[in-house]
Amino acid sequence: MSDRLMYHPADESLLAYAAGTLDEATSVLIATHLSLCPHCRAAVSAAESVGGEYLDRVEPSAAMKVSAADVLAMAEQGGEVARPAAPQACEIVADIADMADMPRPLRNYISDVGIKLKWRWMGPGVRYAQIAGDDASEKIGLLRIAPGTRLPRHGHTDEEYTMVLAGSYESASCRYRRGDVEWADAAVVHQPSAGREQECVCLVVTRGALKATGLFAPIIQPLMAI
Amino acid sequence: MLQTAVLQWPGRWTKKPRAAAPPQFRDSSQPASLTVKSPKLAVTLEPVQHEDFSSLVVSVATTRDRSAFARLFEHYAPRIKSFLLRQGTDPAQAEDLAQETMMSVWRKAAMFDPAKASAGTWIFTIARNLRIDAIRKARRPEFDPEDPAFVPDAEKPADEVINADQMGCMVREAMAELPDEQALVVRMSFFEDKPHAEIAEQLRLPLGTVKSRLRLAMRRIKEHLGDRA
Ligand SMILES: [Zn+2]
Repeated sequence: MSDRLMYHPADESLLAYAAGTLDEATSVLIATHLSLCPHCRAAVSAAESVGGEYLDRVEPSAAMKVSAADVLAMAEQGGEVARPAAPQACEIVADIADMADMPRPLRNYISDVGIKLKWRWMGPGVRYAQIAGDDASEKIGLLRIAPGTRLPRHGHTDEEYTMVLAGSYESASCRYRRGDVEWADAAVVHQPSAGREQECVCLVVTRGALKATGLFAPIIQPLMAI
Repeated sequence: MLQTAVLQWPGRWTKKPRAAAPPQFRDSSQPASLTVKSPKLAVTLEPVQHEDFSSLVVSVATTRDRSAFARLFEHYAPRIKSFLLRQGTDPAQAEDLAQETMMSVWRKAAMFDPAKASAGTWIFTIARNLRIDAIRKARRPEFDPEDPAFVPDAEKPADEVINADQMGCMVREAMAELPDEQALVVRMSFFEDKPHAEIAEQLRLPLGTVKSRLRLAMRRIKEHLGDRA
């Protein structure tokens, strides 16, 4: 996969992921993409070394209240802050995880959130299950599109990231395959259509509701509910 | 030769004519510290020798060297705390997180790979993750090279593999060359725990402008990597 041209997330999202300021939903998408994209892993580690440079150079104006010996004593006592338990085996996503050969950051995230995915009918051949998020912030969910299905034409009130996990889709004469990321914002109106070879499974991060355009508005009501 | 990149408060690089040699913050012939005047306050820059800090972490990992740890603590603990304070963390929590970060350095030193990251970069990522956990109560998943779905890096000839030192040089070079307006938004991305929309608001710029400046800055950093990758 790494030998073909891929569609990547926007650089400012990679930078925010490295800085630790990116929202949770988009971080899940980025981490999932990084599992599949050596190119963006290199970009993130470059951005992390910017953070390392800043740390080495920040003025050390705040003195510590403890000494190195104190911290060593604490470290050796095992006085550690309780870590959350490792996510248990995730039967709740077994079907889709196997089908989409789901990378671990996403698989673990879903079992960590601990919800059972509920697939909602969004129109002929289209189902969506929300993983996390609400209207006030970013939402993350999975979209399953039957082979060859053409989605209604739609726009966005805000930003949307879509990443292919299985199958493929075509949008604005670009073909998106496993690992590819498409970014859309208010200026983008698109009408993706799934490849015929197999079901297309996508990870979707949305901020703000989708909006229907023109004559197609009535058909797209279900999609707006994402 | 003087430094090719000079830090001003708060943590910004200024441009200098590009030198023939890769930028180095200092060499042994230079004075022990350098004072930079800025409109707000003077900042004394300690010499930074990445190799030394990296080998200190390696000593901690291999021989549980307590004096190496003490030296790392002396350099990094107050910097982590100061970094966290700049991000708006309250002082008590900044102290706790700096302690926790240093405890992780002691415990996880064996996981440090000096070929992949400088000590500063590695410690930055530990502090970052602890902060996200503790303050933002958010999850930040990371890729796992042991994941069966993981797509590994393409094999590269040995002379094309970038090590941590080269990465540090390239990043410093790229940062030194960034136009001020781009350097500012990159700096704010790290020092202010804020989404891009809030950075835009604070600078009274359209969100798109902030994003495109960050994009240009990242492109420049990637171009530097591409020069040698
Ligand atoms: Zn990528």
